[in-house]
Amino acid sequence: MPSLPLFLSQLFNGLATGLLLSLISAGLTIIYGTLGVLNLAHGALFMVGAYAGFMALQWTGSFVIAIFGGMIGSLLVGLVMERVIVRFYYQRPPEDQILVTFGIGIVITELVRLSFGGISKPVPIPSWGEGITRMGFLFYPNYRIEMMVFVAIALLALYLLLYRTRLGMIVRAGIEDSLMVNMLGINVYRIFLLVFGIGAMTAGFAGIVTSPILAVTPDMGEVFLVQSFVVIVIGGVGSFPGAIIGGIIAGEIVSLTSMFSPAYSQVMLFAVMAVLLAVRPQGLFGIEGRE
Amino acid sequence: MSLLEIENINSYYGDSHVLFDLSMQINEHEVVALLGRNGAGKSTTLKSLMGAVKPQNGVIRYDGKDICGLPPYEIAQLGIQLVPEERRIFGSLNVEENLQLAALSEPRAWSLEKIYEYFPRLLERRRSRGTDLSGGEQQMLAIARALIRDARLILLDEPFEGLAPIIVQDLLRVARQLADEGRTIVIVEQNVAAALSIAQRVYIINNGHLVYEGTPAELHAQPEIMHEYLGV
Repeated sequence: MPSLPLFLSQLFNGLATGLLLSLISAGLTIIYGTLGVLNLAHGALFMVGAYAGFMALQWTGSFVIAIFGGMIGSLLVGLVMERVIVRFYYQRPPEDQILVTFGIGIVITELVRLSFGGISKPVPIPSWGEGITRMGFLFYPNYRIEMMVFVAIALLALYLLLYRTRLGMIVRAGIEDSLMVNMLGINVYRIFLLVFGIGAMTAGFAGIVTSPILAVTPDMGEVFLVQSFVVIVIGGVGSFPGAIIGGIIAGEIVSLTSMFSPAYSQVMLFAVMAVLLAVRPQGLFGIEGRE
Repeated sequence: MSLLEIENINSYYGDSHVLFDLSMQINEHEVVALLGRNGAGKSTTLKSLMGAVKPQNGVIRYDGKDICGLPPYEIAQLGIQLVPEERRIFGSLNVEENLQLAALSEPRAWSLEKIYEYFPRLLERRRSRGTDLSGGEQQMLAIARALIRDARLILLDEPFEGLAPIIVQDLLRVARQLADEGRTIVIVEQNVAAALSIAQRVYIINNGHLVYEGTPAELHAQPEIMHEYLGV
């Protein structure tokens, strides 16, 4: 049996991974909920955030500016993607939407590989993130703690946007029934663009803040795309609270399973998803019978 | 000139042809009942007017302007409001948020106070989520959303469906009040008696074709038509 300190440290690791998955999945789930499009390019937008942030860091040397650079880069790519391609697919069958966003993801990934090469880019930990902190009997790198704070702030900002603003009210209504929002005189297509942009920016933010602890490569988003699918299935597709709780659960599953057998951590994630789907097909916070 | 002129519209659901060369006129300040059996095309007609279903051809002229093919939000901004059959209340929003959302895009939107005068019950339930409302309350809220937008033409799709007679009486009173204020109403109803009690004119649709136009009195004098097309 693992020791208590190891268990607690893995529990904390799980929370860190989990919050990150929550954030990435929140972007994916509000896009799916509002637009009805499962965005398979979400992982590529995560990667775009890391590269845009890397470029900003090269130019300015400031990691804070790099964070904004990553957000703006993925926001712009997301907005262009929605205006130029995705919006023509709202009335098309889901398989067309999945194929087209999957294709866009591949194109973005390969364009980045063409421009930057396949070798990982260095994004160093900022000076204020160096060192480690002693938390009881647990030693934890400072940057990982700061990253959790960044991610938590981003989640809080998303929450406030969704639940405390007029735009958020429209988005929540749109997740339920976008045709009715449309019939109440609200230009839902403009809302779709905004939501797509916000979702893309969320992914990009996650990409840049994790880049100091990950290898920044053109494929870096793939594993997060797959895991965030599992998260929104566990949490309930289209549900913001579901993405948060689902993300934390997924993070803990991966982290705690790794303690016994790293090789089985991903398997366990899918096993839990399969069991949950059998017991509660709509996910933890999903609405039953939603199309 | 009529407020709404529909000329030879053809609407489809996927591959199935639902409305065939349908033509109707609705005059301003008029209450018109649109009757027919289940699946006759009544709801599709209302959805076509709202832009939720796009007719493949034909003309829908509202206040002199062709609105056929416009997106629903533009049609709503012109003053047409569908109160859909399923009511489509936002369950995760409370009563007040449902009303605020409906009012957002309308410059001449009513105040909440004025809506609550019409529907005191909604004032009592203003903090309740849409999912917690009874059928009658949901229907009131659905009508209130059209009202807060100060809609000039209200399309009521089966407003009395599944409601207790006493609530139907309540809603009929509201519908009469709206008509007295000069709002134009098109009502689709299975409850033929209730619909005829407030309508000035009647259209009957059968299998997507318009088969009858007249007044309620004329229709009452032709029981064979009532029997053939409405089954009453």
